[in-house]
Amino acid sequence: MTELRGFYTLWLREVKRYLRDRVRIVSSFFQPLLWLAIFGSGIRFSGAIGELTTQQYIFPGIIGQTLLFTSMFMGISVIWDKEFGFMKEILVAPVSRVSVFLGKMFGDSTDAVIQGTIVFLLGTLLGIKLNVFIFFEVLPVMLLITFGLVSIGLTIASFIENLESFGVVQSFINLPLFFLSGALFPVRGASIPGWLELVSNFNPLTYGVDALRTIILGEAWQPLYPLYYNLFVVCCFDAVMIVIGTLAFSRRK
Amino acid sequence: MKGIIETDQLTKIFDGIVAVDKLDITVEQGEVFALLGPNGAGKTTTISMLCTILKPTSGTAKVNGFDIYKQATQVRKSIGIVFQDPSIDDRLTGRENLYMHANLYGVPTSEQKSRIENVLKLVELEDRAGDLLRTYSSGMRRRLEIARGLIHYPKVLFLDEPTIGLDPQTREHIWTYIKDLKEEHEITVVLTTHYMDEADRLSDRIGIMDYGKIIALDTPARLKETLEGDVITVNATDPQRLSSILTEKMSLQKIHMVDKTIEVTVRSGKNLLPRIVELATENNIYVESIFLREPNLDDVFLHYTGRTIREEGGKELHGVSAIKRRAAIR
Repeated sequence: MTELRGFYTLWLREVKRYLRDRVRIVSSFFQPLLWLAIFGSGIRFSGAIGELTTQQYIFPGIIGQTLLFTSMFMGISVIWDKEFGFMKEILVAPVSRVSVFLGKMFGDSTDAVIQGTIVFLLGTLLGIKLNVFIFFEVLPVMLLITFGLVSIGLTIASFIENLESFGVVQSFINLPLFFLSGALFPVRGASIPGWLELVSNFNPLTYGVDALRTIILGEAWQPLYPLYYNLFVVCCFDAVMIVIGTLAFSRRK
Repeated sequence: MKGIIETDQLTKIFDGIVAVDKLDITVEQGEVFALLGPNGAGKTTTISMLCTILKPTSGTAKVNGFDIYKQATQVRKSIGIVFQDPSIDDRLTGRENLYMHANLYGVPTSEQKSRIENVLKLVELEDRAGDLLRTYSSGMRRRLEIARGLIHYPKVLFLDEPTIGLDPQTREHIWTYIKDLKEEHEITVVLTTHYMDEADRLSDRIGIMDYGKIIALDTPARLKETLEGDVITVNATDPQRLSSILTEKMSLQKIHMVDKTIEVTVRSGKNLLPRIVELATENNIYVESIFLREPNLDDVFLHYTGRTIREEGGKELHGVSAIKRRAAIR
């Protein structure tokens, strides 16, 4: 019971902090918009992908990207907490490190999913056919995708002491995961180099983005893998990262 | 009687530097115990181990009867802590911070409200409890942190440099809270400080700490008694020579030099003042000033270590860096 309350308390803190940071929410709006409106329109002239326009194709990818970038960025909260000392308050609380980690992780995932939802709504403005049913199918998938990604960010942050280093490490991970996930361009097909296809197999985001596409684009999209298989891979990735993250948080110097 | 805190050869080594060296102390239930020493003496490291943040390199300790390593959760439930650096969420309000703490420590929901309003009243922050922490002054933050440390009715309250960087008025305030705590709530308080006056005013017993070891431990009054008497401070043109003359001619043993000032500890100072001036003049040394005072804890520290507590200049360092610098200048 105490553990559950500890978990809830830390979850609530992350969400409250996020919702109070208006600048972050508003600015989160613009990056995906740029990708969708400008990159999407510009690249359109280089040809469509199957029956899909580029904008339709990259839309689920941009949701994936938003989830990825936001989740990884959340690791910063750990470094802030270290820098501003709040981490100590959490670490001396009589709550297990598992609850501490899970509370923070769920809280950050919630924030990332709110961000993903904003991008989802943006899609309707750009003329992508969406409805409430699709949204409720996308929601749990988004959450599953963020668990593992947030855990990566938190794990790395637990080893790093300052903001600058975290920024560097973060972009080292963000961009390869993003580019090799099929978010912007296909990673399967006759004209795709073999190495790209191979590497993308090991990228958890490939499966996440494929799942999002399957749900959002429906019949128009030829899935790389069946939906259940995608979700299975994402869940395995989540489980592994949550274990690693919990261990990282349980270290005591 | 068994102490509420008992350390057993408690040791912490950072990268080969001994920060805390086989510490054996016992803190009695209900007392205010001060660890006094310069920055880098190992006070914060000691507290961090007792609070289960740091793992001892060797040795162990019991807090409220629980082992700090094997029973960390029970230890955490028994203690409240105010860290040296702020450890409060500045994007939440004062009240939100307190509720968060109450939930983390499993305070029953039905009691949370009354306990929180009580501690807010104690530190006189009722009016500001709804404001975001970032709008608080550092004194207010410190007060809120003390309030927070009390919500779960801890057996022991640790205060790491509770008044560092605060203005005199706020210090006075915080000292009053600490005294009230001890008298009204029967909480054991362990505080670290490098302010002599703070240790003197607040504590029942003081452990003087230097290079990771306790070099003296007693009540403030008895520590001062060990100095057996008065302190004469002399400023003269040739302090080096005067000091050796005083040692030779007057067989004075307890002579220390601090920044060209001579400090002599004697049993009865009044009769010696004219003698010292006379001796100096005979040897062509000009005495610029000379005065007599009762000993304070500064003198106690000087007596045990041969140094004043604030002798090294430069930047204030905390934590491991302070410990490393002290090891380097040793």
